[in-house]
Amino acid sequence: MSFPLLTVTAAVPAVGAVLTAAVPAARRTAAKWLALLFSLATLALAVLVAVRFEPGGARYQLTESHAWIADFGVRYELGVDGIGVALIALTALLIPFVIGAGWNDADPLETSSSRWRPTQGFFALILMVEAMVIISFEATDVFLFYIFFEAMLIPMYFLIGGFGDRAHAGSDENAAAQRSYAAVKFLLYNLVGGLIMLAAVIGLYVVAGNFSLQEITAARAAGTLDMATNTERLLFLGFFFAFAVKAPLWPLHTWLPNAMGEATAPVAVLITAVVDKVGTFAMLRFCLGLFPEASKWATPAILVLALISIVYGALVAVGQRDIKRLVAYASISHFGFIIMGIFAMTSQGQSGATLYMVNHGISTAALMLVAGFLISRRGSRLIADYGGVQKVAPVLAGTFLIGGLATLSLPGLAPFVSEFLVLVGTFARYPVIGIIATIGIVLAALYTLVLYQRTMTGPVKAEVSGMHDLRLREVLVVAPLIVLLIGLGVYPKPLTQIVNPAVEHTMSDVHEKDPKPQVAVEAKNGEAAK
Amino acid sequence: MSTMAAARGLLTLAAGQPVDRIPAPHIEYAQLAPTLIVVGAAVLGVLVEAFVPRKSRYYVQVFLAVAALASAFAAVVGLAAGGYGSDKAHIAAMGAVAVDGPALFLQGIILLSAVVAVFTFAERRLDPAAHGNRVDSFAAQAASVPGSESEKAAVKAGFTTTEVFPLALFAVSGMLVFPAANDLLTLFVALEVFSLPLYLLCAVARRQRLMSQEAAVKYFLLGAFSSAFLLFGIALVYGYAGSVSYAAIADVVDGTVTKIDPALADTMGNDAPLLIGGALILMGLLFKVGAVPFHMWTPDVYQGAPTPVTGFMAAATKVAAFGALLRLLYVVLPGLRWDWRPVMWGVAILTMLAGAVIAVTQTDVKRLLAYSSIAHAGFILAGVIATSAEGVKSVLFYLGAYSFVTIGAFAVVTLVRDAGGEATHLSKWAGLGRRSPLTAAVFAVFLLAFAGIPLTSGFAGKFAVFKAAAEGGAGVLVVVGVISSAIAAFFYIRVIVLMFFSEPKADGPTVAVPSPLTMTTIAVGVAVTLVLGVAPQYFLDLAGQASTFVR
Repeated sequence: MSFPLLTVTAAVPAVGAVLTAAVPAARRTAAKWLALLFSLATLALAVLVAVRFEPGGARYQLTESHAWIADFGVRYELGVDGIGVALIALTALLIPFVIGAGWNDADPLETSSSRWRPTQGFFALILMVEAMVIISFEATDVFLFYIFFEAMLIPMYFLIGGFGDRAHAGSDENAAAQRSYAAVKFLLYNLVGGLIMLAAVIGLYVVAGNFSLQEITAARAAGTLDMATNTERLLFLGFFFAFAVKAPLWPLHTWLPNAMGEATAPVAVLITAVVDKVGTFAMLRFCLGLFPEASKWATPAILVLALISIVYGALVAVGQRDIKRLVAYASISHFGFIIMGIFAMTSQGQSGATLYMVNHGISTAALMLVAGFLISRRGSRLIADYGGVQKVAPVLAGTFLIGGLATLSLPGLAPFVSEFLVLVGTFARYPVIGIIATIGIVLAALYTLVLYQRTMTGPVKAEVSGMHDLRLREVLVVAPLIVLLIGLGVYPKPLTQIVNPAVEHTMSDVHEKDPKPQVAVEAKNGEAAK
Repeated sequence: MSTMAAARGLLTLAAGQPVDRIPAPHIEYAQLAPTLIVVGAAVLGVLVEAFVPRKSRYYVQVFLAVAALASAFAAVVGLAAGGYGSDKAHIAAMGAVAVDGPALFLQGIILLSAVVAVFTFAERRLDPAAHGNRVDSFAAQAASVPGSESEKAAVKAGFTTTEVFPLALFAVSGMLVFPAANDLLTLFVALEVFSLPLYLLCAVARRQRLMSQEAAVKYFLLGAFSSAFLLFGIALVYGYAGSVSYAAIADVVDGTVTKIDPALADTMGNDAPLLIGGALILMGLLFKVGAVPFHMWTPDVYQGAPTPVTGFMAAATKVAAFGALLRLLYVVLPGLRWDWRPVMWGVAILTMLAGAVIAVTQTDVKRLLAYSSIAHAGFILAGVIATSAEGVKSVLFYLGAYSFVTIGAFAVVTLVRDAGGEATHLSKWAGLGRRSPLTAAVFAVFLLAFAGIPLTSGFAGKFAVFKAAAEGGAGVLVVVGVISSAIAAFFYIRVIVLMFFSEPKADGPTVAVPSPLTMTTIAVGVAVTLVLGVAPQYFLDLAGQASTFVR
């Protein structure tokens, strides 16, 4: 038996979580360093996974398989394809920055009792989420995936509900109530999604007799496993609903602005950049892999919903007065792009969607973390409370600008590549939808630049005048993200190299080939022929 | 010919036999050892009450109860290891009691949960000492009127109601027989043997005695009502099949009976007594299970009874009653499957939805757990309806998982106290997570298990019953179950929110530091919850081996 690299990659943060939680109340700085250390160790392991992964090799690599609950047909099966590798790398990469950015976010108030250990809890929960997210990217057993998909709600729930902005903490009961409301809303939306998926998971077992993704996919390809059309569609909808809540897709998105608005900036990054990616990832891996026919059946409806997400999210973002909610709605728009890319059923669209997941993670992290630094200085999330920050805190303003430009997909920065691929991939098959989706880009420019203009330029507001520029810790958190944004924007090849073969497999799952270049006409003919 | 003639036929037959030809009953004492040990210890307990000095009674009773339950459990394990759960399964005691897999498995669960429940009965560190005497959750003297001089005198004298231990043992002995009963009369006797001590136990709370007595009266009246239904049903089924034995009734019901005498031929022509009788028996059992619409007693009784008793009752009664229900439906009435399945579908759907929806509005922890137990009864019914070996297995597993979560959860409830005793109103639990993180975390684990979050025993159990139901063609039940799980999750989560995200109140309750007894109970609950959640395979195997009924 070879070294269980995937298990260890997921287990290291879990162990780190337990150890961090066990640090005594008085030694909270030690807890922070311990958590950082474990997150860096996880990053090292994730890099090792990426290095050991051979892009041209088998579809699932580094596989592990052990008996677990034979009675339920469940095995402990792990394996990664290129998409999984990219997202594990993203997760492991972002967590150290999340920890670094949230370094002082969970220090106990002076009034707290000595037995209350929020700092230890905060970092332990972050590591716990990391472990669960990583294992859901690795699981090739549907049940195993489901367990962690569902279980990660619990630590996330405590992170959202238990740790608010320092700016509001303690004094304001109203803020506590809103935070609690946001946490409950997050949990209920996702729990309902997950439970509906549970019904579909059970249905899948009744139809297929086991939960192994590889076996079921192979059986479907070989034609030995037949599903009645309606059964397949219902099961698909059960799975897709859960993922669409998580992703989140319009009209199931309403929990995200609340959750991101009330959570601290690092936790908001954790939600949108890491945890939500499990939803889009699962669409690619499970919806398309298990139910190819139903996926094609549902494509038109999903594309329309994705389009609404893109335009609606961007429009609402333009009208936001709260910085964090603005980023949340921008994310909804971006998730629309990702889902559109997945269901465009072209290799460009799906490669683009995968790259988009990674790039959106990095760019949102950059923007949101800087926004968090800004908010912690002034103690307000309202855009109107700021003005002229670039004169007092030029480094902060500069990094904020780069994060913003990445969000609007400026050429030269990483998100441009992915957004371009998604649009091209969509256009090749659905030109009209591709054209309408470009509105999202225009609106993105609007909300980002207006945000920058209102907060950073203009006359310096009195409350802002004493604002401190980024401190060393904060620069250390943001600078690498910006380097990555520029690096992957100029040279995305390492990423595409890993992702492309996996996308080819997914495409063959759904029996789709890319339309020929002069597509616009041909795709229409093809559809007419159907 | 009429039923009268049939009855006369039976009478004359009996009268024709000479008296000395009545054979001595053949009893397999070794195979009935679990029950006999518990009954024996209960009888001894009564003698202890009579003869052992008051001071040492508590210790003798606790020792006796724990030793009896433990050795009865050892006997169950011994029988199971001896193959009585599988290939040597048979019907003992002249056809009265079945010794088979489901019976032994459920007896094991009942005994284990009784052991940990007795630990909470024996807890004496939670209430402050009264007049220098340590007190438990039970009234100083159950017979003295609440608030009277005699009550004060009893408290001052340091009396304690150590009778609860033999009472609990009697109840356990009835529960042991209930799922193993193989004829309708044994079923009824077992029902009464475990119900009557429970009525009493509900009435002897130390605090809020009037509420406790009210709960006991309600429980007794409704329980007597349901017993009457059961008995009437038994009479009708006997009238139909001419026998109280499960096997004989089953033969008549599914038409495989070989020897049809004229009396039987006459009654078999009319299905009405069978259908009505079967329905009445089911009603009696569904009452004990706490299924809607026979659930009315649950919240009041759960709230009023002393909390250790509530935990014991919620866990063990449910196990015993579901065992009897399974045996009745799978052994006696499989021939009527097409008649009872639609009805049970309705009951299961109602139970799941009503339990979950009503629980949302509750403001008392004990009532909340009561409604949650109703919802869980609905989930278990979904597994019962599967009518397959998978269904039996999933129900057995669920019952095992559920009883330990329940006892653990109620044990935590006994810890949270203010000046008036247990602080069961939810508003008082606000901010508990800040004051006593460990207690709140443990309770959160139990709540997550109730909610069926993965990696807890609740999830494994729920998955097992839903899977069995789906395979049995009851997809609709699974969907309803999932919806009610979502509703139920809401109120479990609400309690967690309250504990962790609300600011503690200045005059809030304190968490008492329990003795190792209650700690053991809670630790066992947490351990079972997590082990069954992460690695359920061994216990599923065990339940799977135990899922065949003997006929």
